[in-house]
Amino acid sequence: MSEVIEIPVVWLPGGACTGCVVSLLNSFSPSAGSLVLRELTPGKHMSLRFCMTAMAGQGRQVVDILHDESAKDSGGYVLVMEGTLQLGDDMFATLGEQDGREVPIHEHAAELARNAMAVVSMGTCASFGGIPAADGNLTGAASMEQLLQREKIDVPLVNIPGCPPHPDWLVGTLMAVSLYGLEAVAGDLDELKRPKMFYGKNVHETCPRRADFDAGRFAKKFGDVGCLYELGCKGPVTFADCPTRMWNTGTSWCVGAGSPCHGCVEPDFPDRLSPLYEKIDEQRMDRFRLLDPHVQSASKA
Amino acid sequence: MHGSCPHFHDKDGNAISIDPVTRIEGHMKIDAYVDGGEVKDAQCCGTLFRGFENILVGRHPLDAARLTQRVCGVCPTAHGTASAMSLDAALGVADKIPHNGRVLRNLMLGSNYLQSHILHFFALAALDFVDVAALADYEGSDSDLKAVRGFIDRKDLSPFFPRYEGDYRCDKATNVELVRGYLKALNIRRTCHEMLSIFGGKMPHNIGIVPGGATSEVTADKIATFMGKLQEVNAFVEDVYIPAIFTVAGAYGDYFDIGPGCERFLAYGTFDLDDKNADPLARERLLPRGLLADGKLAAVNVAGITEDVTHARYSDECSAAPAQGKTVPAAQKDDAYSWLKAPRYDNMPAEVGPLARAMVGYAGGHKQIISEVDAALVAAGIGADKLPSVLGRHLARALESRIIAREMVGWLGQLKPGEATGTELEIPDEAVGVGMTGAPRGALGHWIEIKDKVISRYQLVVPTTWNGSPRDKAGVPGPIEQALIGTKVRDRDNPFEVVRIIRSFDPCLACSVHVMTPQGETRGTYTIV
Repeated sequence: MSEVIEIPVVWLPGGACTGCVVSLLNSFSPSAGSLVLRELTPGKHMSLRFCMTAMAGQGRQVVDILHDESAKDSGGYVLVMEGTLQLGDDMFATLGEQDGREVPIHEHAAELARNAMAVVSMGTCASFGGIPAADGNLTGAASMEQLLQREKIDVPLVNIPGCPPHPDWLVGTLMAVSLYGLEAVAGDLDELKRPKMFYGKNVHETCPRRADFDAGRFAKKFGDVGCLYELGCKGPVTFADCPTRMWNTGTSWCVGAGSPCHGCVEPDFPDRLSPLYEKIDEQRMDRFRLLDPHVQSASKA
Repeated sequence: MHGSCPHFHDKDGNAISIDPVTRIEGHMKIDAYVDGGEVKDAQCCGTLFRGFENILVGRHPLDAARLTQRVCGVCPTAHGTASAMSLDAALGVADKIPHNGRVLRNLMLGSNYLQSHILHFFALAALDFVDVAALADYEGSDSDLKAVRGFIDRKDLSPFFPRYEGDYRCDKATNVELVRGYLKALNIRRTCHEMLSIFGGKMPHNIGIVPGGATSEVTADKIATFMGKLQEVNAFVEDVYIPAIFTVAGAYGDYFDIGPGCERFLAYGTFDLDDKNADPLARERLLPRGLLADGKLAAVNVAGITEDVTHARYSDECSAAPAQGKTVPAAQKDDAYSWLKAPRYDNMPAEVGPLARAMVGYAGGHKQIISEVDAALVAAGIGADKLPSVLGRHLARALESRIIAREMVGWLGQLKPGEATGTELEIPDEAVGVGMTGAPRGALGHWIEIKDKVISRYQLVVPTTWNGSPRDKAGVPGPIEQALIGTKVRDRDNPFEVVRIIRSFDPCLACSVHVMTPQGETRGTYTIV
């Protein structure tokens, strides 16, 4: 048998809901089972070293894995961070004990990031803070990028936002790294460190209801046909390939089920994209400037 | 020694500390004090606080059904449903949900029940009973099982090792069958999410369940696609899931005697079967509602629900009924060991979840539950007194899956293409609403209060807060703690009994940790989960 290279992956959950793991389980091709068992690309296998949702072990035996991985100086593993880092109090989020003290998850995250080959922020919480970091939070919830800056850790970072992200966005990114190398992926990120191959297009520009917008046919209540702009669709300020990729094995997507896009892949989610069901207020949305000028003028009219 | 379960650390050598407990949702730690091979005391600790719900205060009411789903990525649909119901009440449309809206909500929630139950048994719980290493010399022709063998041949065995060792009892052929089920389950649970997204847009975190009904158009082709997937899921439940429970029971029959718990059961009912009753606790529902305590069945009264924070990391003023609740974090509080509050019904703990629903339904004359349970008791060769147990919880979850999956076929047929799914909504200046339903893991309640057209208070009392609660002021342990106390542990280095008991409850910690809140001058006091 030819040698297979193992790519260790450490999946660390912080202030999270596990939705990112569950979304990854929805991967269709390759399936979740294949991702764990089979080679990701020929000659390379992803070794899921730490994943609270999947691993057989528990307690001390799995905390030891974190220390083993972070102690590596080869930098041979990928850290996937899910959820926020609660920086407001060390008791807000802990995982395992060391010397009789519960270890804050942000300490694990920093230690693991320092020695990683690359860090992936999985989901909007890890990428930008998301709901746990929204107005009213009491926990000092921060994104992974904020933690890296605070700790002055220099490591390649890729953001895969979404609440949750589509499984293809992570799997496709990992496969691209496996096939073409980290530099190739790192060189094709947008200004928010998102892979352009998934986050490069505007939802409104690629929406199947775009013709309704152009013709002025607007839905007024749930269940109506027509563009959902007046029901609060944030597609015009959202960059992701949901309209063409669609969700859950190509079954549907938010607009496909008659709901406005809430912009869950954007740093403005949820605060500046709220109220979710009210028409875009361009004054409050940073990313409005990225809009096609003719959409800007139409929506101001 | 803040944060830990302090008094166990004083008894050297006899404490078992499991931090983290894996293959559950969220961050949990268990401390158990073992003496003479028996658990004498146990503490169940939630170790993550997001402070989620105060984030809702000041926001537009309609946003609640979207944002509260993000409390939990495993059971978001239940939160979306409970939140929408609380808003139905607050907005005065609880008796105006269109027929299609009610049926679509049931189909979406049902899809996620099936997803969650299948995920729980195979992906989360099964590795405590099934030995993946039995595939090391697999010689058969199943390509997935050959992939497992190839995986083992590469010798990097994450995430299946390390693990507890010494109590895998199935023979090789049985292990092979159960691993086959594990792999199939990963795909079938995905199919459940595909079903849901036909009407819900995407999963996790659907966008289809809204106050007043649902967003999606009903068309014949959507019904047809849903039906095809549902038939596959139904076949899996029938042919793989339920048989797997009996297979495991055959090798681990003593687990019908392990982990009985508090034997006090609470359920609010799930899946509305009538459109007209504005009170969710008066609606006809598929799954039963009631409190079963000391063998007596009683109606559920919202006024019976309180929360106690004596041993939770919140200031003492926070012990109250949820409608008046306060939640002021106190991370360093003496004698506190968990971020979970302790919900109590008539001042006593109650177990919630599939077992509770089965017990309440069995006692209350629920025809489908009695028929399923009686047949299963005969097949397993046990009496009904063995249901409160590790295996009883797994069995109840599987039987409930069959009831729901069969019922969903009928619901699909009730959809009316072209008819309305939603209702006109108007946000009142001031209102309150309560949404009570069942999540896969048990009784779920959302309380909303609106002032000046925005959310002024939002509270959740969720399943794992019930099951995983710490002690209360009377010193009475929560249901998981009670299920652990008295358990014989054969090998302290590999305490299978402890983790099998915990996982039988299907804990979900992200749901259960309250977030909470300041008593700000402008916002008042509110509680979040």
